[in-house]
Amino acid sequence: MSTAPVEVEQPSTSQEARLDSPWITIVWNDPINLMSYVTFVFQKVFGYPKAKAHKLMLDVHQKGRAVVSAGAREAMERDAAALHGYGLWATVSHDS
Amino acid sequence: MTGNGPEDFPAAGDDDRSPFGDGDDGRAQPGGEGAGLGGEAAGFGEQDPGEDFETGDYDDIESEPGDYDTEIAATFRPVPGGAACFFEPAQAGVIRSLVSQVAELIRSDRAPAAGEQASSGGADELEMLLGLSANDELPEDPVLARLLPDAYRDDPGASAEFRRYTEESLRSGKLSSAQAVLAALPADGGEVVLSEPECQQWLRALNDVRLALGTRLGITDENEDFGADLSINDPRSVHIWVYQWLAYLQDSLIDSLS
Repeated sequence: MSTAPVEVEQPSTSQEARLDSPWITIVWNDPINLMSYVTFVFQKVFGYPKAKAHKLMLDVHQKGRAVVSAGAREAMERDAAALHGYGLWATVSHDS
Repeated sequence: MTGNGPEDFPAAGDDDRSPFGDGDDGRAQPGGEGAGLGGEAAGFGEQDPGEDFETGDYDDIESEPGDYDTEIAATFRPVPGGAACFFEPAQAGVIRSLVSQVAELIRSDRAPAAGEQASSGGADELEMLLGLSANDELPEDPVLARLLPDAYRDDPGASAEFRRYTEESLRSGKLSSAQAVLAALPADGGEVVLSEPECQQWLRALNDVRLALGTRLGITDENEDFGADLSINDPRSVHIWVYQWLAYLQDSLIDSLS
């Protein structure tokens, strides 16, 4: 898995700010990616056990999208970049 | 998402859509002049599937008549330390052709920062060292847009910034995966044994090909079963057969790793 360059301009968000207003990574459903592959990618990228990855995949499939991670913006951008590397459709947004 | 698995996959002999078949209808071993999907150097570059898919798409594939009339297409099986699969020449040809076309498309509008102003020095050189991209907009081509998506849905500025910092790396990763497939898969087929890291690269490269094919075929949430009722005379039917086989192949590779 390739590692995306890290944005270096902004100072890291404080722990408090992260808890107060986390950013999130969303994975969107798409008609092409295999369900087995999406589960596999969640295991690889986030280190989730298969059962948790499978449930997250089903959320994406059935609800059209799922929040797969939350935290500092830079971390979410790293997650999105990693998911793009696997061909998943991921976006970052502010959880407001 | 789609759940294509072994139970969904038609044996090559189930219908007449196999590109590896005996070709007695003239589609399986087309002799057209197309250079690939889309018929141009960047084979996935065309917009309209109806115009795009010519029967010459697989003209570089050699297969013996009858090879796949009754067999199910190749799939991976687990072996110690990775996975293995035997590819017939025609199967290797299809994969190599499609992987090469996706790689060519990814390479086609690549824009490492300062690529065109190599002599301007200073900040541009720094950008090159950092692997930044001069691209900051979603690619117009729908396949490239799917392979290199925006990271923000409603924030063009943030998407542009993200793209400048990550797109070149994303392209490099995809090209690296494509190269891994081309390096491991002999043009004339044969037994391919992959290490676990190679399996990872194959998974990504096969997925990129499926994203490209599926996008070009116009497969959407509303028509996941697109093509199920296509006439065998429709030139797209052979691409759908390949698309389904690649799903089956990718699924077997995932199974082999778990």
